[in-house]
Amino acid sequence: MNRRLAVLAPATLLVATLAACGGGDDGGSGGSADSGGGDTVLRVQAAASLTDAFDQIAEEFEAQNEGVSVEATYDSSGTLAEQAADQAPGDVLATADENSMQTAVDGDAIASGPEVFATNTLVVVVPAGNPAGIESFEDLDGDDVTYVACVDTAPCGAIAQTLIDDAGFTNEPASLEPDVRATLERVVADEADAGLVYTTDAMSASGDVETIEIPGAEDDPTSYPIGVLEQSEDAEAAQAFVDLVLSDYGQGVLSDAGFGSP
Amino acid sequence: MTRGLGRPPLVLLVPAGIALTLLLVPLVSLLVVTPWARLPELVASEEVLDALRLTGLASLSTVVVCLLIGTPLAWVLARVEFRGRSVARALVTVPLVLPPVVAGVALVSALGRSGVVGSVLRDATGVVIPYTTPAVVIAHTFVAMPFYVLSVEGALRASGERYDAVAATLGATRWTTFRRVTLPLAMPGVVAGAVLAWARSLGEFGATVTFAGNYQGITQTMPSLIYQTLQNDRETAQTLSIILLGVSIGVLALLRNRWLNAGGTTGAGA
Repeated sequence: MNRRLAVLAPATLLVATLAACGGGDDGGSGGSADSGGGDTVLRVQAAASLTDAFDQIAEEFEAQNEGVSVEATYDSSGTLAEQAADQAPGDVLATADENSMQTAVDGDAIASGPEVFATNTLVVVVPAGNPAGIESFEDLDGDDVTYVACVDTAPCGAIAQTLIDDAGFTNEPASLEPDVRATLERVVADEADAGLVYTTDAMSASGDVETIEIPGAEDDPTSYPIGVLEQSEDAEAAQAFVDLVLSDYGQGVLSDAGFGSP
Repeated sequence: MTRGLGRPPLVLLVPAGIALTLLLVPLVSLLVVTPWARLPELVASEEVLDALRLTGLASLSTVVVCLLIGTPLAWVLARVEFRGRSVARALVTVPLVLPPVVAGVALVSALGRSGVVGSVLRDATGVVIPYTTPAVVIAHTFVAMPFYVLSVEGALRASGERYDAVAATLGATRWTTFRRVTLPLAMPGVVAGAVLAWARSLGEFGATVTFAGNYQGITQTMPSLIYQTLQNDRETAQTLSIILLGVSIGVLALLRNRWLNAGGTTGAGA
């Protein structure tokens, strides 16, 4: 009996570790920028691709509104919209596609809006130095070209699929990555000859990748809507933030980051 | 069993109840919210069949690879005295505590197109490992093998070297002893280790999607399919999770009846 226990003990221990080793972090870039020092806290929930632009707009907002501090959280649009629909606390929601925003609207979480404030288009990125010699979007259709895109359940993947279908490619993507950051990372690491990502992602990695425009991509943009949340405790301040995003100042910041205007 | 020892104390029963609840509530909730009516239609879809086929193929291949190279490693760690043995044993446990995504990044660094080994391989032979089904098996083996090796090594240590020594005095070579004496004695550990490795492989997501990629029929396993479905369709993801849960429980139940009990008895009798 003792021996049997001794044999099975490590196995039992391992079963325990199984639980701890379950799922991996999905790479959802949750982060927050808290400038602190205000009486009112405005909680802005925005798509990960808006990180740099919204941090800058938040800083300007705090400068204009004394006593208000902006606490921005960045994550995938789907996650943020689901949370908003579940009545998670927050004041402003900005997503990277209209489908996600619709989830929040259907959950009666949007008090005012949504209004489209920016657009984004797909481009081809290749590793620095372009080792595979990709010159155009059509070059991806070569038999020995390894390229990656987002899964079609993500907004960037749905657009990529449309572009690939419209062009009638026979060479399929080598991999459909969970999100646009993972797609970009494959190209940055030279694990793929090319990838389909947003203009803004290409600009954020401009040192590591080269960008090739896709003719007609501007016909399939993704739209970024923003709205004030029903659960907001300071709807006035929330609306003021939305207005700043839609103002010339906000549009200028977004344009500098590579976003298109609606 | 407990007669004469008194009632089990509340101080142990209450935490035990909390632990059991924590384990059961998520699984029961999944069973409750799943739209069961869509199950047949989903199981028959080509995407799900491809993912199930690949998950089955990858997890069984992983177990076979563990048996073929993990068993000798466990034997070396348990039976051969050499410098750095404790270091080697510690290294085997590293993938066990490593976040799967980190395992994926490490595999890309080694075997990716531009990786340390992968770039040499690509230049010499043109072979690229990522984006292929073997890449899935490599990723699964990397994260699952430690479970197998530690289980078998534990069994080998527990069964002791006495029988090996007796076999040697009777003229058996070390290879014969391994086949005819050592391995049969360690069989409960081999079976338990194989089941653990298989279960780990079945649920593997992070390392696979990071290293091998995600494409239907080639690298897309059930967990990858569930994750991508979850992005825009929670109900379908729940239903797919039920399929995987059903497969896991089914095979574990089968193994328990067929192998684990029989193996346990052998271990106890030896």
